Amino acid sequence: MTDDPRRTPLYDMHVGLGARMVPFAGWEMPVQYPMGVMAEHLHTRAQAGLFDVSHMGQVLVTPRDGNMETAALALERLIPADVRGLAPGRQRYGLFTNDRGGIGDDLMFANRGDHVLLVVNAGCAEGDIAHLRTLDEVDVTPVTDRGLLALQGPLAADVLARLVPEAAAMRFMDSRIYPWDGVDLWISRSGYTGEDGFEISVADTRLQSFAQALLDQPEVAPIGLGARDSLRLEAGMPLYGHDMDADVTPAQAALGWSIPKVRRPGGARAGGFPGADTILPELADGAATIRRGLRPEGRAPIREGVAIFAGAEGGEAIGHVSSGGFGPSVGGPVAMARLPAELPDGATVYAELRGKRVLVAVAPLPFITPSYKR
Amino acid sequence: MLKYTEDHEWLRAEGDEIVVGITAHASEQLGDVVFIELPEEGRKVEAGEEIVVIESVKAASDISAPVAGTITAVNTALADAPGSVNDDALTAWFFRIKPADQGAMDGFMDEDAYRALIG
Repeated sequence: MTDDPRRTPLYDMHVGLGARMVPFAGWEMPVQYPMGVMAEHLHTRAQAGLFDVSHMGQVLVTPRDGNMETAALALERLIPADVRGLAPGRQRYGLFTNDRGGIGDDLMFANRGDHVLLVVNAGCAEGDIAHLRTLDEVDVTPVTDRGLLALQGPLAADVLARLVPEAAAMRFMDSRIYPWDGVDLWISRSGYTGEDGFEISVADTRLQSFAQALLDQPEVAPIGLGARDSLRLEAGMPLYGHDMDADVTPAQAALGWSIPKVRRPGGARAGGFPGADTILPELADGAATIRRGLRPEGRAPIREGVAIFAGAEGGEAIGHVSSGGFGPSVGGPVAMARLPAELPDGATVYAELRGKRVLVAVAPLPFITPSYKR
Repeated sequence: MLKYTEDHEWLRAEGDEIVVGITAHASEQLGDVVFIELPEEGRKVEAGEEIVVIESVKAASDISAPVAGTITAVNTALADAPGSVNDDALTAWFFRIKPADQGAMDGFMDEDAYRALIG
């Protein structure tokens, strides 16, 4: 790898749209367009936003014996999810775990009939691919010639249906391949904003023309990483490397829901993934600290790293903000932090901000009500 | 006539006081401003002392007192509508300061020099 940040096929389009480009996970990505983070966020919640997420890793996992069950069971040795039970044309959320019980990455995986499509975080892709290649029964093929777009918002389905009529019938977490203008689009009805929407993989050579076709729709505005972060934060979605990492367990990250009964004690395929001896007992007993929502009183945002205290004075920090900022749809600051599990929702804690302690309420996640099309 | 600091503040002399805000360039760089903490009226400050906190959707930043003096007034409406800095940075003043020394406005940039600074 070189030190120069990589550029997606849409780099020139972003610059032409007036984006401010920033380095992110080894890529040069648009953090905002002239509309600004706040308006981009609100536009996505009101209409439809188009995100370039081509930096994310797309990986095909194909069983060498041609039997999908082989691939599913192999993946289950790395991911504590029900891969075998995933029907063709469906997608799920899962975690790579490590031997310490921490989270190596989070990902989406889709059953595409004769192989599994994985979408992983940009900063983890290289490690994930090496990790997957420890599996003998599957071929692991990074997708290097396709970009990824996300179209998110309450009007996303109306917009996409104009270009791809079949997409309108998809349900939340469906994964399909549909044609557009002579090329195959890999479409899933999913996203990272709390809104209905789609993630669409397109051949690099046609990525810009497809993105432009979406931007030509009056409801669609280009949205940068800044609003992507505030949208996912309001939706209560954790960000790898911030709200969870190799030292945070699924229970601590409040992601135990992604580990189904079949992989837990008493289930047909219990355990058998890295860190199971740590992860499964903790899921049963409850973690001592767990990712929670925070609503500061007043308007001052509390950002990543801010210490949280139980009292207005003295004492040791009970946690630190892992993600935080202003929530444009909430109309105030929102944050997440791992805090002692016994704190009830609504409990008052204190954030130390510039030497002063400000009142913060522990709040349930998400901060907004998601509107997925189930 | 407006003067400018290297910290992207604009200064306007009014009588024996200076009105202070941030430039449009600074507000564009900050992005959407969501929170502003202003100093207390009557506070005596040193030149360069960080006395205002500005939080945008992206980051927190400070602005400092351009000169030593006493804060005589603050724009409390800003705290309620911090986004007005993005709407019109020139009318969204932050505070008025009564300089401790005469000639406090000397030595700051004029508009041409500030334009050269921001390119």
